[in-house]
Amino acid sequence: MNSSVKAVSDKLSAAPGGINWFKYASPQTFYPLAGRLIPLFAWPALLLFAVGLYVSFFVAPTDATQGDSYRIIFIHVPAAWMSMIIYLAMAFWCALGMIFNTRLSFMMSQALAPTGAIWTFLALWTGALWGKPTWGAWWVWDARLTSELILLFLYLGYMALVAAMDDPRRADRAGAVVAIVGAINVPIIYFSVKWWNTLHQGASVSMTSAPKMASIMLMGMLIMALAAWAYSIAVVLVRVRAIMLERERNTDWVAQMLENRP
Amino acid sequence: MKPRHKRMMLIGGGVAALALSATLVLSAFQKNLVFFFSPSQVANKEAPQNRTFRIGGLVEAGSVKREADGLTTTFVVTDTANRIAVSYKGALPDLFKEGKGVVTQGKLDAGGLFVASEVLAKHDENYMPPEAAHAVDQAQKAQKSVVQN
Repeated sequence: MNSSVKAVSDKLSAAPGGINWFKYASPQTFYPLAGRLIPLFAWPALLLFAVGLYVSFFVAPTDATQGDSYRIIFIHVPAAWMSMIIYLAMAFWCALGMIFNTRLSFMMSQALAPTGAIWTFLALWTGALWGKPTWGAWWVWDARLTSELILLFLYLGYMALVAAMDDPRRADRAGAVVAIVGAINVPIIYFSVKWWNTLHQGASVSMTSAPKMASIMLMGMLIMALAAWAYSIAVVLVRVRAIMLERERNTDWVAQMLENRP
Repeated sequence: MKPRHKRMMLIGGGVAALALSATLVLSAFQKNLVFFFSPSQVANKEAPQNRTFRIGGLVEAGSVKREADGLTTTFVVTDTANRIAVSYKGALPDLFKEGKGVVTQGKLDAGGLFVASEVLAKHDENYMPPEAAHAVDQAQKAQKSVVQN
């Protein structure tokens, strides 16, 4: 399998004037790159979280109808966004892995899953904490809440399936089917509040209309969303490095790297 | 055709087929996925009979009345076209207010009164500080008086 990637990679790099897209498709070259990228995302994440939380708690005013309980959106909305985006990213990497036979793609997908699951759980949990004082119920079975719960089960199912198989290549492919098929749930979550009557309100921020919230509240939420992005990327890079080392432990490049370590 | 092109087509075709079947299934379940019915749907007999269901709409301004027992509240749910009288015994959520959204679960009795077992406040997607809300209220009042004059 390694040789097939190498063959494709060689062919592409041999093309005149072509960019070598596959240069970082092998764990050997991606491992050090990921290591260099981690601080570029980890430090901004820390800074953005600090600024974002300060704006959320001290700068943004209370809401006219909900009082202070609305402040849950500063965590809830970024968490819900990340839960959907990360699942799409997983499906993307899995599709790429299936098409090009690149084992690193599957490792990326497996590194994304726990972070996605945590965001999904956070979105559901903070939503419940907000729902009780606002709606009068912790949980209702409306389309938005139910489809987000299904997303959590998809993440957990994917991780369990991959972990249950001894042969990593088979685990990659079985997991990829779950990731790609499950991706159909993401647009359902996103549009559920438009398509059906739900208790969950519609989108306050969307690409098609002006934001329906005060600009300082919106700013706090967007800073927190950027922080969530940076945090997720940093953590996923750390995790994918660990997965690479674990799965490639018998290869020459890992042995060499361990030898060269000061 | 190269094997990877074949795999790309297979995955692309698979996802397209899946999206199509999901669309068909969801549109078939369209009615069952509805969390609540509007008063107009109830008036058109689209809501289930003899079974609990939810109605949603706005609490009509000036319709909220507390009964003498101190627990029972009656109010009217409206979608501006049709209206349904609701009676509910229990504590109301904080955001329950006249003119705001509400979703309530219960059953229609013989007289057409909706006897609720649960009342949920439905929040809208607008977030604004109290001063802005006040300004919006003032502007709406001013506009109304202009229209009336």
